[in-house]
Amino acid sequence: MLNERTLPLISAIIVLLLLYGFGSIAYQGFFGLRLAGYLLTDNAFIIVTAVGMAFVILSGGIDLSVGSMIAFVCALMALLVVKFQIHPVVAIAISVCVGTLFGTVMGLVIAIFKIQPFIVTLAGMFLFRGLGYVINTQQVKIDHPFMSSLSEFGIIIGQGELNFVAIIMILFLALGVIISRYTRFGHNVYAIGGDAQSAALIGVNVPWTTVKVYALSGFYSSVAGVLFAVATGSAYPEIGIAVELDAIAAVVLGGTLLTGGVGYVFGAFIGGMTFGVIQQLINFDGTLNAASTRIVIGALLLLFILLQKIILVWAKKFSAKGSD
Amino acid sequence: MGVLEPVVDVQPLLEIKNISKGFAGVQALNKVSFSIAPGEIHALLGENGAGKSTFIKVLTGVYTRDSGKILFDGQDFHATSSGHAQTQGVSTVYQEVNLIPTMTVTENLTLLQQPKRFGLISPKRAKQRALEMLERVGLNIDPSKQLDSYSIAVQQLVAIARAIGTKAKLLILDEPTASLDAKEVLRLFELMRQLKSQGISIIFVTHFLDQVYEITDRITVLRNGSFIGTYATKKLPQAELIHAMVGKSLDELTSGSNRETSDSADDVLRIQNFGKQRFLKPVDLSIAKGEIVGLAGMLGSGRSELCEIIFGAQAVDQGSMEIAQNAVHIKSPKQAIDHGLGYCPEDRKIDGIIAELSVRENMILALQAKRGWLKPIPMTEQKAMVESMIERLSIKTPNLNKPIGELSGGNQQKVILARWLLTQPTLLLLDEPTRGIDIGAHHDIIAIMKELCEQGMSLLVASSELEELVIFAHRVVVMKDRKKVMELTGSDISQKSIVNAIAQ
Repeated sequence: MLNERTLPLISAIIVLLLLYGFGSIAYQGFFGLRLAGYLLTDNAFIIVTAVGMAFVILSGGIDLSVGSMIAFVCALMALLVVKFQIHPVVAIAISVCVGTLFGTVMGLVIAIFKIQPFIVTLAGMFLFRGLGYVINTQQVKIDHPFMSSLSEFGIIIGQGELNFVAIIMILFLALGVIISRYTRFGHNVYAIGGDAQSAALIGVNVPWTTVKVYALSGFYSSVAGVLFAVATGSAYPEIGIAVELDAIAAVVLGGTLLTGGVGYVFGAFIGGMTFGVIQQLINFDGTLNAASTRIVIGALLLLFILLQKIILVWAKKFSAKGSD
Repeated sequence: MGVLEPVVDVQPLLEIKNISKGFAGVQALNKVSFSIAPGEIHALLGENGAGKSTFIKVLTGVYTRDSGKILFDGQDFHATSSGHAQTQGVSTVYQEVNLIPTMTVTENLTLLQQPKRFGLISPKRAKQRALEMLERVGLNIDPSKQLDSYSIAVQQLVAIARAIGTKAKLLILDEPTASLDAKEVLRLFELMRQLKSQGISIIFVTHFLDQVYEITDRITVLRNGSFIGTYATKKLPQAELIHAMVGKSLDELTSGSNRETSDSADDVLRIQNFGKQRFLKPVDLSIAKGEIVGLAGMLGSGRSELCEIIFGAQAVDQGSMEIAQNAVHIKSPKQAIDHGLGYCPEDRKIDGIIAELSVRENMILALQAKRGWLKPIPMTEQKAMVESMIERLSIKTPNLNKPIGELSGGNQQKVILARWLLTQPTLLLLDEPTRGIDIGAHHDIIAIMKELCEQGMSLLVASSELEELVIFAHRVVVMKDRKKVMELTGSDISQKSIVNAIAQ
């Protein structure tokens, strides 16, 4: 179980537990179901975005459009529900379909014209942000009894609450894990991220897999957009700025290599939760300001990448010795 | 020529009939026809550009053929991709292991064919399937480990295990032994015999002629895209095989003209026991001032490898080197240049020219590197040097700012030559200086080489064109299977003697 494949994920889990353990000892009320439930809710949309991003990164690509996609989907939801008086269930379905379609189009451009994903999704990032502004430039309240009932829904566990947003996040995380580990598509993603040329020679349909990867990322980020709309009950075209970078950071903190082919989708959850725990540590401390979150995350990210490198070198040495 | 093998009695597994394939005016395959019997190990041989790779790609559907027919198992065979060919029972294993290094052995073996349970991949069954596949190639390893935790040889066997899968009837091995050591080669051969006994046919592409004689039943030779012949391995002496490959009959290989060996005693280069494991067996060689030493041998014999280790492009792990009687340790091409060496590599398109840069920029690269990048050569000086070289080597270019990629092959070669001449080397290493250039430029380059050595420069020239070596070399070193096998001097140098040395 403990080998060079699982080590980065296991060390990510250890880092998360250490941070959580530190908080539990240092601060009253840190440990317990109340904060746990809050962490799951508060970081749900980052984690959902990061699950989609994990597929992209595992395939050796990158998706910079996810933050704008969240803003666009929120705006679209507001337009459909408030202006066109469409029932939220239908609005959610339409929004997620449109988001997935946009992801698919980016995937097609990347696969057919063989353009770097960085450029294509960067274009997507500007485009979706712009589309969000086209729909409305103001903060809009998404007022609908169904939306309210969704955001109020929750399962009480002890002192904590597992609400709608957290439940959806857990379901989509499980779905992502299953797709990555137990479907041919999932294995193909690892294959093209590991060595696209060899994968093609083996018979993997590299362009088609690439299209599906970006479609999946579009799907996941639009689900994240829906979750954002449900949780805040509003839409504003400037939300989700730099979320793509948070998602990438969460994936990397979760032990996935940015070069592709190595890592686990579950790591996106670990990385997202690590984010959340750091934020809470700073909240509980009270003397640090919001900027410190960014500094700590930056430092941690760097530290973590170094740690990964050290672990990998160590693991290689160890296994070389073992086989002598 | 040769012993044409009569058609075998049993129905052939694969029948190739008049396959042709051309690229933009170049005929890469010209009416190639041969057949492969069930359970046969069949060598496919030829020098660079003979059409072996094109043939494999046409057979496996990577390229579409222009004309001709392929019958596989009696049926018309028309693969549309390598994946499609594989499902039809034709699998290929390339020299570089084409698997995913970051995935486990199981994942690699079952990719695209994972056993499923309730619509999802069953890791347990996948592992079981992987173990069965590994057993077929006699490999006893843990399939849950990542592929790149195993040696290249093991990865190669895993690739074969994947290739034969469950229903391969024809296995194509494209230079599988190039990166294996002797022991690993034996293991591969054992596996090949085992597969043969299971009725699987193998097309074996290699440059190692001894291996051909050790393992194959028949040999098909291609040359310049044309079919030369299919021979029973046992009935074909090695000398005749080489003639078939290089295209000269024994009678044509007359003795070369006599020449005087350079009697100057001061060696510009002396290497002793110089080699690198898995790359080149230890070589002794000395080159005198003003001498042209030819490097003969088939493709993959170690010709280019010797040039590379002398120039420091590959690190040696044994032996010593002296330049002008001083012991030196060259660790990089930069150091080699500083010691007065120059090197024109074999494939100028990959290693030599920078197609987008101008003739002038390409020409002064080496000199600028030698002087150091912080001391740019003044433009007027550059222009004067480049212009004099263009005149001296009669390079045909409208002006010195033309991108080199737009010149003809021969003129590109001359620019590369000029690049090194500007650094005024004492020893110039030329690897296939006349490949792919027209006859006129060919003569020019040989004339330039002779002139250079008269001026006291030493040259080490690797070439697959024996007649050319015989013309200009004072001494010929014959390489075979990554080893120096013979050194010919003076009147001993002839195409015949070189071929005999290779065939021994």
